[in-house]
Amino acid sequence: MAGTIDDRFALDAGGSELASANALPIAGKLHEWITTVDHKKLGLMYIGWGLIFFLVAGLQAATIRLQLAVPNAGIVSPQVFNRLLTLHGTAMVFLVGMPILTGFFNYLVPLMIGARDLAFPRLNAFGFWLWFFGSLLLYFSYIGGGGMEGAGSAPSVGWFAYAPLTETPFSRGHSTDYWIISILLASVGSTATAVNLIATAFSMRCPGMALNKMPVLVWLAVVDAGLMLVALPPLSAAQIMLLLDRYMGAHFFDTQAGGSALLWQHFFWIFGHPEVYVLVIPAFAFASEIIPVFSRKVIFGYEVMVAASCAIGFLSLGVWAHHMFSVGMTPAGNAFFVTSSMLVGIPTGIKIFNWLGTMWGGRIRLRVPMLFAIAFLFQFLIAGLTGIILAVAPFDWQLTDTYFVVAHFHYVLIGGIVFMIFAAIYYWFPKATGRMLDERLGQLHFWLFLIGFHLTFDTLHFAGLQGMPRRIYTYQPGRGFELPNLIASIGVIFQALGMIAFVFDVIKSLTSGKPAGKDPWDAWTLEWSTSSPPPEYNFADLPTVHSRRPLWDLKHPEDPDWKYE
Amino acid sequence: MGGGVRSVSDSIGVRLRRAGDLILLSSVSMGAVLMLAGTPASAEDWGMGAANREIARGAVFSPVSTPASEIATLAWFTLAITLAIFLTVGGLLLYSVIRFRARPSDEQREPPQLYGSNPIEFAWTAIPLLIVFVLALTTVRTIYDVQAAVEPPNAVHVRVIGHQWWWEFRYPDLGIVTANELHVPLSDPAHPTPTWLELESADVAHSFWVPRLAGKTDLIPNKINTMWIDPHQPGIYLGQCAEFCGTEHAMMLIRVVVEPRANFDRWVAAQRMPASPHDAVAHGRQVFQTNACASCHTVQGTSAHGTYGPDLTHMMSRQTVGSGVATNTADHLKIWVRDPARMKPGALMPAMNLSEKDLDDVVTWMVTLK
Repeated sequence: MAGTIDDRFALDAGGSELASANALPIAGKLHEWITTVDHKKLGLMYIGWGLIFFLVAGLQAATIRLQLAVPNAGIVSPQVFNRLLTLHGTAMVFLVGMPILTGFFNYLVPLMIGARDLAFPRLNAFGFWLWFFGSLLLYFSYIGGGGMEGAGSAPSVGWFAYAPLTETPFSRGHSTDYWIISILLASVGSTATAVNLIATAFSMRCPGMALNKMPVLVWLAVVDAGLMLVALPPLSAAQIMLLLDRYMGAHFFDTQAGGSALLWQHFFWIFGHPEVYVLVIPAFAFASEIIPVFSRKVIFGYEVMVAASCAIGFLSLGVWAHHMFSVGMTPAGNAFFVTSSMLVGIPTGIKIFNWLGTMWGGRIRLRVPMLFAIAFLFQFLIAGLTGIILAVAPFDWQLTDTYFVVAHFHYVLIGGIVFMIFAAIYYWFPKATGRMLDERLGQLHFWLFLIGFHLTFDTLHFAGLQGMPRRIYTYQPGRGFELPNLIASIGVIFQALGMIAFVFDVIKSLTSGKPAGKDPWDAWTLEWSTSSPPPEYNFADLPTVHSRRPLWDLKHPEDPDWKYE
Repeated sequence: MGGGVRSVSDSIGVRLRRAGDLILLSSVSMGAVLMLAGTPASAEDWGMGAANREIARGAVFSPVSTPASEIATLAWFTLAITLAIFLTVGGLLLYSVIRFRARPSDEQREPPQLYGSNPIEFAWTAIPLLIVFVLALTTVRTIYDVQAAVEPPNAVHVRVIGHQWWWEFRYPDLGIVTANELHVPLSDPAHPTPTWLELESADVAHSFWVPRLAGKTDLIPNKINTMWIDPHQPGIYLGQCAEFCGTEHAMMLIRVVVEPRANFDRWVAAQRMPASPHDAVAHGRQVFQTNACASCHTVQGTSAHGTYGPDLTHMMSRQTVGSGVATNTADHLKIWVRDPARMKPGALMPAMNLSEKDLDDVVTWMVTLK
C-alpha cells in the first residue's frame, strides 16, 4: 500500500479509548452496556441480539423444512407447526430484520456524517430497551402463552394474523395477546429510532456536508426512517383495536358481531408493504457503499440514486392491496394496484442499473463483502422480476398464498437483505472491532450459503406453480409436491453449514483476527478516518468535508471529487 | 443389510478424517434428514397417495376452464417479458463482473471515475416505463375479461361456504347440499354452461383454489364474493384452501368432479332423494340420532338436522372422508368416527366414545347412505 495516504492512516490496532474499558470486570462491563447511550454500543447490541434471533428463527425454519421434506411427515403436530411458522415469520421481520438494520444505521449514520452521536441518545436507548423487552415477550409466550389451556404455547395465527382468526372465538387463551403486545412494543421502539435518525441526518452533519454531499447510505437511512414513521403506526393502531376487540367488547374485526375482516387486512398491509421496503432499503444502502469501494469507482448517478430511493419510498405507500388481489376487489381497484405496483419496478430498476454503471469500467475486487453484494444484485434482480409477475393480478390469483410467494419474498428477504447484511458485517466488522474477519472462512460461508439458498428457494417457486399453498403443515403424496420440497429441505443443510462457518469466523476473529487499522478497504467515507473501533466521541476534531468522498479527496489531492460534483 | 450399513459407515469414517470435507458431511446429514422424516411418512397415507395419482397432474399451466386459460396466456406473456429482462440485465451484470474484475497487476491504480450520465439515466428510465405500460394494459384487460364476465341465464349456481376445515356446497336452485366435492356440468365451448360460485365463510377467512379451473378467490366472513368456472374437459380436479385458517388449514382439500350434463343430471337426481330406510341397519341409525352426531350433521329422512358439520345424506357418494384426508371406505370411516384426530389432529369433530357395537352399527348404517 505505497503512496499518498497510508502515512496519514497508519495501521492502528485498536481504539486507545476502549482499551481501558476492556480492563473492567464483568459486572462493570455489563453495567456499562446496560446504561449506555452511545450509538455504537446500542447499534452493536441491536445487531448482536438480532443475530441471536436469526439463529433461533432459522432453526425454527429448519424444523419447518424437516417436516415438509417428505409427504405426511410426523416430525411436529399441526399445532406446533403453525406456531413455528408464526414465530419464524414474526421474529425474522421484527426481531431480526428490523433490529439488525436499525442497528447498522445507529452505528453508521453519526460516523458517516461526522457527528458524535445521534440527535437524541437517550431516546435511542429507550427505543432499544422497548424492542429488547418486546422481543423477549414474544418468545416468553412459549412458557406463558397458554392461558386457559394451562401449559404455555406460542401464537399460531401467522405473522400477518388475519382477523377473525385472532378473535377470541377462534384464538382462546393468551398466545395471540403475546403476539400483539410484543410487536406493539417493538414497533414503538422502532418509531422512536426513526424520529432519531431523521433528526440526526438533518441537524447533525459536520461542516461542509450539505444534503447533496451526504453519503448515499445516510440518504437511504432518512428514506427508511420516514417509511417507518408512516408505516408502523397503522399496525400499532390495528393491534390496539384488536386488543379492544379481545378484551373490551369492541367489534372492529369481530365478524360475528358485524366487524370487518377486510379492515384488518388493509391496516396490516398499509403497514406490511412499506415494511418490505423498510427492510430492503438498508440493503440498498449497504450496496451503495460497498459496490463503489470494491469496484474502485465513485457511485454512478448519485442524484438519480437518491431520487429513485425517495420515489421508492413514496410509491411503496400506495401498493399495499397487491397483497389482497384475491379478496374480491372491484376490477378498477385491482387495476389501480396493478399499475402502482409495477411502477415501483422503475426506480428499483434504476438502482440496479446504477450499481451496474458503478461496476462498469471499475476494477472489481472480489473480496467477501463484494461477493455477497454481487450475489445480492443477481438475486434481487430475480426477486424484483418475480415481484412484477405477482403484480400481474390475474396471475397473482393463481400465485398468491402459494409457495411461489414464499419463494419470492425469501428471495427478497434472504437473497436481497440477508446477503447484504452479511456483506455489511464483513465490511464494517473491522471498524467495529478493530479486527478483520477471516477471508477464507468468509468465502466458505458465502459459497455454502449461496448453494443452500438456491437449492431451497429456486425450487420452491415450482412447488407453488404445481399448486402447493403456503402454511400447510403437510401434504399428500401424488400431487407433484415431493421433489421440490425434498430439494428445498436439502438446501437447508448447506445454509446451516454456511452459518456454522460464519459463527466460527466471528468468534475466531474477535479474539485472533488480523488487526484492521483505520481503513482496511481503502475506502472513502468518514467512518474510515477514525480509529477502529472508534472512540466513544467518534472524532477528536469534527471533520470538514468538501465532497461526498472526503477520504478520496485526502488520498487524491491532485484529482479531488469536489471538482466534479 | 447389516454388512451394507457397516461398509457405508466405515467409508464415512475414513473420509471424515480428511479435513474440511464439508460436502460429504452435508450428504450424511441429508441422509439423516431423510431417515428422520421418512420413517413416519408412508404409514398414514389413508389411501390418498394412490387416489391422487389416479388424477391427471397439472396446475397453473394446464388450464381446462376459461378463467384459468386466460390467466395462463397472460402468465406466459409475463414470463417471456421478465425472462428477457433477466437475460439482458443478468448478462450485463455477469459480463461486468468478469470483464472488470481486478487483476493482480492493476491493484494499485484507480480506474477512471465516472460520476454519471443523464442520457443513460434517461434511457434506463424510459425503456422500463414502456414495458410497464404494455404489461399493465394487458393485465387490466385480463382482469376485466375474468371479473366483469356477465352471468348467462343457464349458469349453474353454487353457494360455497368455508368452514374450519371443510367445504359446504349448496345448490339453491336444485335443493342439494353436499360437502368437500363439488360436482359441476361440463361446459361445451359452443354452448357454454358455466358454474357461478358464491363464496361465503361460516367462521374465518378461507380461499377457494382449484388451479386448473380458475385463480383463487377468498371466502371472507360478512362478504359475498363470486367467481366462475366453465370446465371443458371432464375429470376430477384437485384444489385446496389457500388462506391460512387455523390448525387443519393443510387438510381442507377440494375435489371438483366435472362430468357431462347427462351424468351431472343423474347425480343431481340421486342427491335429491332422502336417505333410504334400511331396516337391517336400523340400530345404527338409532345410534346416530340419539348421540351427538345428530346435533352437528344432517341426514335427510332422519331426525338429524344439525348444520355445524357436513351434510351426510349421501356421504357414500363422495370419494373421501374428512375433507380429503382419507379415501371413503368403511374401515377409514370407522377410524374417523372413533377418533377424527387420528387422521386430522385438531379437527373440530370430537372423538365419539361409542361402544364397539354402536360404532360398528353406526358405520354399517352410514355405509348405506349412498
